Amino acid sequence: MFRRLPDAAATLTVTVDGEPVAARAGDTVAAALLAAGKLRFRDTPVTGAARGPYCMMGVCFDCLVAIDGVGNRQACMVPVANGMAIETQTGARKIER
Amino acid sequence: MPARAVQEYYDVAVIGAGPAGLAAATVCGRAGLATALFDEQPGPGGQIYRAVAGTPLKRDTILGADYWRGARLVEDCAMSGAHYLPDATVWSLTREREIGVSIAGAAHMIRARRVILATGAMERPFPIPGWTLPGVMTAGAAQALLKSAGLVPSGRVVLAGTGPLLWLFARQCLAAGAEIAALLDTAPRANRMRALPHAPSFLASNYFRKGLALLRAVRPRLRVIRHVAALAAEGSGRVEAVRFRTVRVAADRIGADLLLLHQGVVPNVNLAMAAGVEHVWDHAQLCFVPVLTPDLATSVEGIAIAGDGGGIVGAEASAEQGRIAAFAAVRAIKPADAAGLIGAEAEARRNLARWRRGRRFLEKLYRPAAQFRIAEGDTIVCRCEEVKAREIAEAVTLGCAGPNQLKAFTRCGMGPCQGRMCGLTVTELIAAARGVAPGDIGYYRLRPPVKPITVGELAGLPAGDAATKAVARD
Repeated sequence: MFRRLPDAAATLTVTVDGEPVAARAGDTVAAALLAAGKLRFRDTPVTGAARGPYCMMGVCFDCLVAIDGVGNRQACMVPVANGMAIETQTGARKIER
Repeated sequence: MPARAVQEYYDVAVIGAGPAGLAAATVCGRAGLATALFDEQPGPGGQIYRAVAGTPLKRDTILGADYWRGARLVEDCAMSGAHYLPDATVWSLTREREIGVSIAGAAHMIRARRVILATGAMERPFPIPGWTLPGVMTAGAAQALLKSAGLVPSGRVVLAGTGPLLWLFARQCLAAGAEIAALLDTAPRANRMRALPHAPSFLASNYFRKGLALLRAVRPRLRVIRHVAALAAEGSGRVEAVRFRTVRVAADRIGADLLLLHQGVVPNVNLAMAAGVEHVWDHAQLCFVPVLTPDLATSVEGIAIAGDGGGIVGAEASAEQGRIAAFAAVRAIKPADAAGLIGAEAEARRNLARWRRGRRFLEKLYRPAAQFRIAEGDTIVCRCEEVKAREIAEAVTLGCAGPNQLKAFTRCGMGPCQGRMCGLTVTELIAAARGVAPGDIGYYRLRPPVKPITVGELAGLPAGDAATKAVARD
């Protein structure tokens, strides 16, 4: 659980699984989701266990989400953009991604 | 710092824009060398000075004066003439110093006469039961969120582990108005005695007063539970509680919405190892470190390593190492300029010695306990492939000799993180099971690409020997 300091007010909107989520220009996708109270970013392909960001510096690959239709992007490494469509990853991976 | 278009050739390529990389690129740029500074993040600073040029935090008091010192390194680098290339993921480095890098979705192969690796550190894996649950993160991850996004932990926040960063982050949280339910200190009681012989140099070091002030500021405001000997995160689908045991308390449990783990940092070795740089086990730091000369040259001609990637030295020493590696590059490429740098190099070496003083004490005092490095039972070791400690122990019983064989036995280390989250645990686990030294077990054989790239990016490369070798070396 995280909260935004007043310095870091949201300035734009992205969608997460179709729902609008406020984010700040300069946030990574992972930061925006965490600020919105989302800890669970995906389920693992091996056992279906829930996962979310662990390292926030691009080394653990646990924050993988689909961004604008491209799967397995590192949410902690991609900056948000207004209107960006973010999808959490559950179930079997889709071949077209 | 303004970003520049990438060239095909540089005199010096510096990889990583933390303190070591910024300082190295500054020296090379000022010397008139064609210098590139590649960095994976959108802004300079590395992890220690993460987002120092773009943080939303306006108040100096939250992150502290040491953080803002990074701004000076960024300003110097911006004025130096070095080309800064952000959002640049270096995924390959060959012995011939050909560099595979992706910038904004396009892959490039570039060449450099000298390469200075400044890939820094990452937090040591902390394999405890439940460490894969959402809501369990590293303290460094939460700190990165504070620096780069202005987010502070909220709800029931539990910090656990050992090391200066844990205490520093606790202070930053308190300064930002966060509440911390508890800090579970996992440093073993014996650490103090083992650190004692190194106390004199620590007392004379720059770290003593800072550390004392930090602990005095934080301890009285926190519920600190010391000598924690066992730790587990519990919850269904996300962390809900932390179960722990101390040397005094048999078992206890505290509710938690966020568990932030930390037990020190270790060199980020993937790129250096994939380039063929020789590494050895460091018994004091409990990790693999590259073999370096006093000029920070590696076993591979033309590739140097500066900063925490060469063994943990801290931010200030990292910057000095960056300068030292850069002076060597200037000497090699522009020998006529070497004489003019003698004074500056001597100063950098003096500063480096000063900043290294006291580090041994810190290593001993905050040395992570064996049970938090070497997992057992059903604890997940390889987060990507979900391989448990028990399965690794069984593979050893069946004759598995080392980390690379273990891949064939269990798929351990074969997921997207490429062993970063399990490598050290696996080495120490196999070493303990076989009763041999970690250095004799070795590490995963790392190969490019060290970061995932798309087939489209690969296909977009001009087809040549360099491109083939970058991804298909033996």
